[in-house]
Amino acid sequence: MELICPAGTPAAFREAVDAGADAVYCGFRDETNARNFPGLNFSRDELKTAIAYARRHKVMTFVAINTFMRAGQEKLWHDAVDDAVRLGADALILADFGLMAYTAERHPQQRLHVSVQASASNADAVKFLVETFGAKRVVLPRILTIPDVARLARQISCEIEVFVFGGLCVMAEGRCSLSSYATGKSPNMNGVCSPASHVRYREDGSELVSELGDYTINRFPAGEAAGYPTLCKGRFDIAEERGYAFEDPVSLDVMDHIDALRDAGVGALKIEGRQRGKAYVAEVVSVMRRAVAADATERPALLSRLRRLSEGQKTTSGAYEKRWR
Amino acid sequence: MPATPHLSLSLGPVLYLWDGPKWRDFYFRIADEAPVDHVTLGEAVCSKRLHFIEPHVAEVIERLEAAGKKVSLASLALVTLERESQLVRGLVRDSIHPIEANDLSALGLLAGKPHSIGPLINVYNGATARLLASRGATSICLPPELPMASVSEIVRDAPDVAFEIFGFGRVPLAISARCAHARSKGLVKDNCQFICGDDSDGLIVETLDRQPFLVLNGVQTMSHTCQSLLQELADLTAAGISRIRLSPQDCDMVTVARIYESVAAGLMSAAEGLARLVAAYPGVPLSNGFHYGQTGASWIEAPAGARNGGERWQMR
Repeated sequence: MELICPAGTPAAFREAVDAGADAVYCGFRDETNARNFPGLNFSRDELKTAIAYARRHKVMTFVAINTFMRAGQEKLWHDAVDDAVRLGADALILADFGLMAYTAERHPQQRLHVSVQASASNADAVKFLVETFGAKRVVLPRILTIPDVARLARQISCEIEVFVFGGLCVMAEGRCSLSSYATGKSPNMNGVCSPASHVRYREDGSELVSELGDYTINRFPAGEAAGYPTLCKGRFDIAEERGYAFEDPVSLDVMDHIDALRDAGVGALKIEGRQRGKAYVAEVVSVMRRAVAADATERPALLSRLRRLSEGQKTTSGAYEKRWR
Repeated sequence: MPATPHLSLSLGPVLYLWDGPKWRDFYFRIADEAPVDHVTLGEAVCSKRLHFIEPHVAEVIERLEAAGKKVSLASLALVTLERESQLVRGLVRDSIHPIEANDLSALGLLAGKPHSIGPLINVYNGATARLLASRGATSICLPPELPMASVSEIVRDAPDVAFEIFGFGRVPLAISARCAHARSKGLVKDNCQFICGDDSDGLIVETLDRQPFLVLNGVQTMSHTCQSLLQELADLTAAGISRIRLSPQDCDMVTVARIYESVAAGLMSAAEGLARLVAAYPGVPLSNGFHYGQTGASWIEAPAGARNGGERWQMR
């Protein structure tokens, strides 16, 4: 199975290549990609250099242009596609139908991957994208169980890539406006979720309060580590119950299920984390590279090492296991 | 000569779980009394709920059509199970009524047939609207988070489609494979006991500072606020929007529809309409921030001049 690795910076990109990635994915430094965070992402020149480096090591480069084109400013997205093609991207990861149509028409030879943000969660949806835009691969939303993935794989003609490690969206990706409801900025339109520009921490007595926009997302008693106020991983009150209403502050880890995913027909495993530093990327990629190749007896030791990298966070298999629902 | 702009009202599907008789009686009253031209109905949120309304769908459609309403059927918003795929295929194959596509599977299956696009399909630009139109979409309800600047561009860019705006109701903000509603009551989705039926207008999620924030509706998360674009009707019509969607809340929707009708016809000021809306749906703050590209939960006073545009256009 291919290992698809994140790079938010040229340095992380090189680390991912050196650590054994089959493909590295990245985006331009603007609103055209879903990790539009300050200090991240690539200029055209940086992408050109990165692609050349990857080529020398026989590694592929996927360029994520996976936000939705803002009406009237489509040129920003069109330029991103044209430039990524010109610079030699091995695949474009797209979510917007309008942009997929543009790409299929202008660059019919370009390999097109369906972003997780497109929310193609079933066989008919995938067939629509394959038939309409010639999509070669779909990145599945993190809402399917492994048996769901296996059933889907039997019914479609394109490759399947799934997220296995890193951040976890609780909501169906590409269909969530929680962030813009609280801050005016959304993943679909701006490539951000719960953006740092709208985050505040304040002390209230012995508690640290984290806020997103005008809303308290969590309160941490003294001694409890304060997490980032991602909206869907906040603590809320529902009637008399207080707790993590949607999901605990966990990250995704389904490496225990590599063999089941392979048997299900998954061809590529994706690591989330373009916002992560190069050291993290290097370590995660090299351990995962070995874990994928290892047999069932060697794997647990490697995976426990991987788990330490989740920074003390709890991990979950998410929707891949039915009981998560 | 451009035609005189018209605005019609459409009623979106009931997104909450109401029991069969309540659901049926709601639509009977809509048929008899509400000034809406289009009604889209059916279960869009959770396939587990379908059996509640199924026994009543035929009689509801009959009553609505007898009253002159145009009826469409909503497809499921989230399709992951084989059973759900079969439901969507069956709906597309068998329905004699137009389908509103709410996920990509319906979109694919409806190619070549006249259909409409629901607000949960990501239409953020004219290119996408034109592509969908070329495949048979005749109307598109734009995503609620779209700002007016985008709405105007898209409408201008895709002249062959009728555009609808989410003009009243709690905004569907997210959908998940996990049921937070069941979870909040110590249950899981697969054994949910249809607990979402206890909250006919959603279950309020408050911040730890007891500020109402969101509501749970089964696997869907909605705004606590009620989006209202009553002040903006004139601008929306001027921009080429032809329908306003009213999304059913557990309040007097006939009164809500009449308020929108009166304001749209220039017979009532937007200010008075808003005051009446607050009385009709008490305890739920209004929002319109998405329309202005601001925080969706916020309320923005419309600029003067946008409030009373009744003389420029008329109700059909």
